[in-house]
Amino acid sequence: MYGKGLRPLSLASAATLTAAFALVFFYAPNDADQGFVQKIFYVHVPMAIVALGGFVAAGLMAIAHLRSGDRRWDVRSYVAIHLSLILAIGVLVTGAIWAKASWGHWWVWDEPTLVSFLIIFLLYATYQPLRFSIENPERQARYASVFAITAGAFVPLNFIAVRLAQAYTHPRVLSTTGGNLPGSMRLTFLVALAGMALLYVTLWKYEMASKHASAQLRALRRKLAGEEPPLPAGRSAAPSLAAPAQPVP
Amino acid sequence: MRTVGTLVRKELLLEYRAKESVPAMALFSLTTFVIFHFGLHRTSLSGDLAAGVLWVTLLFAAMLGVNRLFVAEHEQGGFDAFLLAPVDRSALLVAKAAALFAYLVIVELVAVPAFFLLLAGPSPGQALPDLLWILLLADLGVAVVGTLTSALAIQTRARDLIGPLTALPLLIPVVIAGARATEPLLGASGAGAVPLKWAAILGLYDVVFALLSYAVFDFLLED
Repeated sequence: MYGKGLRPLSLASAATLTAAFALVFFYAPNDADQGFVQKIFYVHVPMAIVALGGFVAAGLMAIAHLRSGDRRWDVRSYVAIHLSLILAIGVLVTGAIWAKASWGHWWVWDEPTLVSFLIIFLLYATYQPLRFSIENPERQARYASVFAITAGAFVPLNFIAVRLAQAYTHPRVLSTTGGNLPGSMRLTFLVALAGMALLYVTLWKYEMASKHASAQLRALRRKLAGEEPPLPAGRSAAPSLAAPAQPVP
Repeated sequence: MRTVGTLVRKELLLEYRAKESVPAMALFSLTTFVIFHFGLHRTSLSGDLAAGVLWVTLLFAAMLGVNRLFVAEHEQGGFDAFLLAPVDRSALLVAKAAALFAYLVIVELVAVPAFFLLLAGPSPGQALPDLLWILLLADLGVAVVGTLTSALAIQTRARDLIGPLTALPLLIPVVIAGARATEPLLGASGAGAVPLKWAAILGLYDVVFALLSYAVFDFLLED
């Protein structure tokens, strides 16, 4: 069921990303101050926004898990955090490259957005160790959801605290006044943002489909083998969609 | 409410008799001041450096208490006993947070005078009243977040790692706000005014995390 619509979605995200990169290189003008290197902005900022959105969405999915007790919501939340973490590494790397090019240092401490992003990354980096060190799958899911909710609420609070703590060096693209991007740059940015969001959703669906398929495969194998107890899946940080395996007494 | 009172009394009595956390936390903070003295190679600190040393020390001392907060319950079946009792589960959160808050206050009664004695350059007279209420505000946040992460970590196999690894990033806003709010108090040329912006952030942090912990804590006890 997760495989449904995967093909058109993949095509759409590939097309949007291609269009975004075409716009970045052939349409958007070079920045007057920073020149060519400013174009990393079209990768860096959409990636950051999508990663943070993914973290918050994972928190909402975790709320759904705790409210309904449905383990599938835990898997969804896990996959969302997992992908956001990968994007977050990308954000930190592209941010460092951009900082080096425009401010001359790989890491700039008085740059609130980069710093708060690092704090959030450090926090979510404990998500997988936390899961891994709880053996009971049901408890693992529940505790991971509590973590995801707490951390999801922490994301905006942390941004407020860190942003107030420092002077504004970071360009604020999405200010309330509507930003100061010229039209062509804004169009390119929006297309890049849409492409990144589509990519995220596509990858999320792919992983869900893969988890679903392997759970079904395991169930079928078990059925073929008759009464044999399920194969021990091994301890893992990743939840699976299979029926919760009871520990064999 | 009476349940909370009973539980808090039990916590404090236990700590009074067993002395598991508070002496260790207090001793740890003294040792850390000595380490900072040698590490920074300064005889007296003021301003932002003093505020930073004070907050980092208190935070790490708090981590010791956080690590031990639920150990007795976990090892001796206190969770089961509590779940059998016909009381609201959130009472445990409130009681544990209150106990941790009390530990932190006691530790600060030792650590703050020691800090002024050993490291801080400016005299404590002017700074003390403002410093006290900011510390209390911050203790509230540390107690709530510490209790939540301690409960989260206690059932894991690597609880000594998971607890601090989760709590420290969550508490970074407290350190930022606390250090910024107190750095004018410790200025070399006498205490300045407290920037109220930072106190407001501490308050906001406390409120948000208190509500959040209250909402999710029950799920950590369901077994």
